[in-house]
Amino acid sequence: MSTLFEKVWSDHLVIDETPDTPAVLYIDLHIIHEVTTPQAFTVLREKGLAVRRPELTLATMDHSTPTTPVTSFKDLAIVGESAAGQIRQMEQNCSDFGLDLIGFGNANRGIVHVIGPELGATQPGKTIVCGDSHSSTHGAFGALAFGIGTTEVGHVLATQCLLQRKPKTMAVNVGGRLRDGVSAKDLILAVIGEIGVDGGTGHVIEYRGDAITALDMESRMTVCNMSIEGGARAGMIAPDDTTFEYLQGRPRVPQGSEWDAALARWRKLHSDADARFDACVTLDASALQPMVTFGTNPGMVVGINDPVPSGNDASFRKALDYMQVEPGKPMTENSVDVVFVGSCTNGRLSDIEEAARVLEGRKVADGVRMLVVPGSQQVKLEAEARGLDSIIKSAGAEWREAGCSMCIGMNGDTVPAGKLSVSTSNRNFEGRQGIGARTVLASPATAAASAVCGHVADPRTLA
Amino acid sequence: MKAVKHIVSRTAVLPTKDIDTDQIIPARFLTTTSREGLGKNAFYDLRYEGDGSVNESFALNRPEAQGCRILVAGKNFGCGSSREHAPWALLDFGLQAIISTEIADIFRNNSLKNGLVPITVDENTHAWLLENPGVELSIDVDGATLTLPDDTAVSFPIDAFAKYCLVEGVDQLGFLQQQQEKIGEFEETRNWKP
Repeated sequence: MSTLFEKVWSDHLVIDETPDTPAVLYIDLHIIHEVTTPQAFTVLREKGLAVRRPELTLATMDHSTPTTPVTSFKDLAIVGESAAGQIRQMEQNCSDFGLDLIGFGNANRGIVHVIGPELGATQPGKTIVCGDSHSSTHGAFGALAFGIGTTEVGHVLATQCLLQRKPKTMAVNVGGRLRDGVSAKDLILAVIGEIGVDGGTGHVIEYRGDAITALDMESRMTVCNMSIEGGARAGMIAPDDTTFEYLQGRPRVPQGSEWDAALARWRKLHSDADARFDACVTLDASALQPMVTFGTNPGMVVGINDPVPSGNDASFRKALDYMQVEPGKPMTENSVDVVFVGSCTNGRLSDIEEAARVLEGRKVADGVRMLVVPGSQQVKLEAEARGLDSIIKSAGAEWREAGCSMCIGMNGDTVPAGKLSVSTSNRNFEGRQGIGARTVLASPATAAASAVCGHVADPRTLA
Repeated sequence: MKAVKHIVSRTAVLPTKDIDTDQIIPARFLTTTSREGLGKNAFYDLRYEGDGSVNESFALNRPEAQGCRILVAGKNFGCGSSREHAPWALLDFGLQAIISTEIADIFRNNSLKNGLVPITVDENTHAWLLENPGVELSIDVDGATLTLPDDTAVSFPIDAFAKYCLVEGVDQLGFLQQQQEKIGEFEETRNWKP
C-alpha cells in the first residue's frame, strides 16, 4: 500500500530519517547549469573535494546563454560581462572537476529540463535534482525530481546525496478528456488555480486519472514542470507504455537485456490501489477551456472568455494594478506587445508545432514582437526538418537558438517595461521577463493566436 | 555557517502575500559567481524606481526600518525559484529572520543552510505583527520561541537537525561526508545501477 513517491523514496534511502536527523537520500542524476553552480564548485575547491560521481552529473548551459541566430557558435556574443564570466567559469569548473559539459556547439545543448528526457538520462524510478525549481519536470517519467539550492548542489557534487525530510503526498485526480484547443498547459494552470500557489507546499504531487494517462510525454512534462508553481517540490506521473515508447532507443537508456530488466522494474512504479495520500484534489478536464493568468502569480488564472475576478485583498489589488487589468472584463480585451513561445514548460517540438499550426498562413499583428525559442538544439533541428521554422519566419516571428531566453530574461531577451507579454513560460511574477514587464501565461496555441490577433485571444476562434 | 542563537531586533513589515524570489532578487543579478555582496540587489525593483531613484514609500526604505534584522512578511514568502541568492541577498542586506504564516519549501531549506531563520507563526500572531511594524522581538532559536513586547512567548516549528546546525553553526556537508562509508555500501549493494 505505497504511493509511487514512497516506492521511489524508499528505494533511495542510504539512511532513513529519525526525529533528530533527516534522511540521507541517494541521487541518481544531478543536472547542473551555469547560474546556480559556481558557488558550489568554490566550496569544493576550498575543501579540497572531488565530484563523487561525475558520470551521474549532466552539465550544460542554458539560462544566460544568447539565443540570437548564429551560423557558428564562435560568433556568439554573450550579453553582459558577468554572464560571459559565469559561462567561462562553468567551462572551467567542468574541466577542472572532470565533468562532460554539453556546451556551445554541442548538438545536444538545451534547457536542462528539455535535454535530460531527450537524451534518455531521465528515467522512471530515478531521483533527479538540479539547482532549478522546474526540476519537477522529470517527474513526468515517474522519477522523483526536485529543485535544490546551491549549497545542496555542493552536497550532491561531493557526496551524491542530500539530507531530506520525507514530504507529504497529494493526489491530483484529473478525470475526463481535454477538448480540442485545450492543452496540458491549460490543465496545469487550472490545477494551480484550484490549489493556489501554496496549495502544494510540503507535498509531492502525483497526477492521476484518465486525462493524465491520455497525455503524451511532452504534455506530461508540461504538467509536472509547473508543480512548483503550486508550491509542491515535485510532481510525478506513473510510467506506462507511453513513457516506455518515448524512452526506448534514446542514447542514455539501457539497451538489450538491460532494457528488459529496467522495464520489469519500471512497470512496478505506480501507486498501489490501496495507497493513501495526505491530500486529494479532483478536477474534470472536460470542463476546461484555454486558461490565461491575469495577475502576478500563476494561481491568478481565469478561463480565456471569463471575466477577471475582483477582490478586496491588498495583494490582489496590487497585482491587478501592476498588470493594468480590469476586473469584470475578460483578458481578451487586453492588447499584446510581445509573444514568447519557449521555456522548459513549453519549448518542446509539440509546443512549437502547436504554435506553428496557428501561425500557418497568417501574420503576426503589426506592433507585436513574437519570439519562438526551441528548448534544445535537438528540438530546433527537428522543427527545421519539418519546416516549422519557415512557417514561423513567414508569419513574421523570430526563430532562435535554444535556451531559457525570455522566460527569465537573463540573456538579453527581455520584455520592455509596461509592455504586455503573452508567454508560454511558467512565471508571471513582477519583473520576471524584464523590469516592469506584464506577463500573461498561456499555452502555445493561445500565445500564437494572441500574436496573430494583437490581443489576448482564444485559439479556438482561429481553428 | 555562523552560529545563530538569539536575535533581538525591531521588525520591518512587508504585508504582501506570495513575495517570490524574483522580487527578493531579480534574475538579472544572478550572473554573479560569488555569494558575497548581494544585499545591494535585495528587493531591488521594489527599493528603486525605474530611473534608479529611491522608492521612498517602500517599507524597507523608511528610516524606521533601518537596522531591522527581522522581516515580517505576508503568507507564502519566498515562493518561486530555487535561487539561493535570495537568502544570501537578505542576509547581506542585514536580515536574520523571516516571520510569516507560511514560507515556501526551497527558500526555507536554503535559508536554514545559511543562518537565516525562517519562522512560521499562527494567523493571530502574524496579523498583530503585520499591524504593528517596528515592535521589538526576541527570538530564541534553541528554544524555538519568539517573545513579543508584552512577554508573550510564541513557539514556532523548526526541524531538530536544522536547529542544531543553526545553533552550533554546523555545516551540513560535514555531516554528509561522515556518511561516505554508508553511501559507498549503498552504491555497491543496490539492486540496480543508475
